[in-house]
Amino acid sequence: MNGADVAWMLVATALVLLMTPALGFFYGGLVRSKNALNTMMMSVVALGVVGVGWAIVGYTLAFGAGNALIGDLSRALLRNVGLEPQGTIPHVLFMAYQGTFAIITAALISGAIVERMRFSAYLTFIALWMIVVYSPVAHWVWGGGWLAKMGALDFAGGTVVHVNAGAAALMAAIVLGPRKDYARQAILPHNVPFTLLGAGLLWFGWFGFNAGSALGANAIAALAFTTTMMAPAATLVVWTLLDLLRGQKATAVGAATAIVVGLVAVTPAAGFVSPISAIALGGIAAVPSYYALVWRVRTRLDDSLDVVAAHGVGGMVGAILTGVFAQKSWNGVADGLLFGNPGQVGVQIVAVVAAAAYSGVLTIGLLKLVALIMPLRAESSDEALGMDVSQHGEEAYAAGEGAILVLPEREPFLATTMQPTAEGGHV
Amino acid sequence: MKLVVAIVRPERLSAVLERLFKAEVQGLTISRVQGHGGEREHVETYRGTTVKMELSEKVRLEIGVSDNFVEPTVNAILHGARTGAVGDGKVFVLPVEKIYRIRTGEEDRAAVTPVGVPA
Repeated sequence: MNGADVAWMLVATALVLLMTPALGFFYGGLVRSKNALNTMMMSVVALGVVGVGWAIVGYTLAFGAGNALIGDLSRALLRNVGLEPQGTIPHVLFMAYQGTFAIITAALISGAIVERMRFSAYLTFIALWMIVVYSPVAHWVWGGGWLAKMGALDFAGGTVVHVNAGAAALMAAIVLGPRKDYARQAILPHNVPFTLLGAGLLWFGWFGFNAGSALGANAIAALAFTTTMMAPAATLVVWTLLDLLRGQKATAVGAATAIVVGLVAVTPAAGFVSPISAIALGGIAAVPSYYALVWRVRTRLDDSLDVVAAHGVGGMVGAILTGVFAQKSWNGVADGLLFGNPGQVGVQIVAVVAAAAYSGVLTIGLLKLVALIMPLRAESSDEALGMDVSQHGEEAYAAGEGAILVLPEREPFLATTMQPTAEGGHV
Repeated sequence: MKLVVAIVRPERLSAVLERLFKAEVQGLTISRVQGHGGEREHVETYRGTTVKMELSEKVRLEIGVSDNFVEPTVNAILHGARTGAVGDGKVFVLPVEKIYRIRTGEEDRAAVTPVGVPA
């Protein structure tokens, strides 16, 4: 056990946890004001239900010994997860750190189904999804599963987190169907500053996500930290140029999106590529996501907040480019295409396709299963009224006018002791 | 000349505008208002404080029109704004004494005729 490693991983865990409320701000700003709380709550509740689910069964399915496909139940309910070292940090800390990844991955999917999915159906879905989809895929790559044995490179979760969530988002958007106003009337972001705030906090938290994935305070963490700073910067430059070249103006929503796309793309590569390669990777990754986004809005696919373009496409491109730019002289693990190992690209593609296919198919199955128990979509009139009022009985921006206080029934205790007496005082 | 004042649901505004533009009604003003039209109030709770929201978000349209435009305007609003549930809103048609267009000083019918259309 190493004190510096423990200290850094404690901080990194908190940083990644912050990314989920940050995602709430990123998503919350992009929806209409009547759906702001519902959208943010979809991220916030993942902290609860996925966090608890991770401790009960998720962690053991991902990191229990098991076989090539899934972990066993040896660590269910955190049995045998104590203060003993796991690498150079306490096992409990390793478990908590990995839990923050499960939480944000589930929350990412919500961007595809905002402004229409019933909240209880969403809760049920992400709880099941974390167990049935996230944990096995995490096991394949990080838990000693078949992709790990095949040599797939995924430093911080490009495949496990982003391709996985992107494929689930695509299927969820298709199963749920478009919002009733989609492509009929303009649906505009209600608070772009929130979205920029969310993007900034995501970038900040992502240093924990990527540099923390070195699992220690070491040189590889420093490399991952640097590439996490450089790649999104390059994406932002290219994205801004694309915005300008298309005859438009450089947009703020575009900038926020670019930051996320760059972060997604560098995630699998963070500790495997040189900082200059990270700049190239980030710049290249801007292009497919940019055009995926432009294309998507012309379709009937209501992936409302473009999870597929940002996380699916960005994650896929990042994973494949990891196989191109990986450099053994930096990472000590493996070379990529540019450094004489073209086979790595093939391995990366297999990993991406496997994760996307598994996640996509299982997501459809889970949603159909949930639909047997409860309706997935809110009533049309509730969707029109807004999900904040219809799902939560709250408004993000309540004016307070015309609100009549509903006084609770008096508690018997107060009713007797506070009764005024004939003399005017209280008993 | 009439002033058509309509109170509609915010989520129906796009449909109303679409129908108004199809009926070639081009000049209008909208404002966000709150009102009560007999619909069931919804209940909200904030940290144990429960409130009944008696007022709902509505949109008010104000449209000054010449006489032969009154019927198309009202029809567009009725069809665009109707959901069939209580709380769909109202349309009021008010007489207007005088209208001026600020830019040109044109009066009455000419003042509510869009640019490029013969009065």
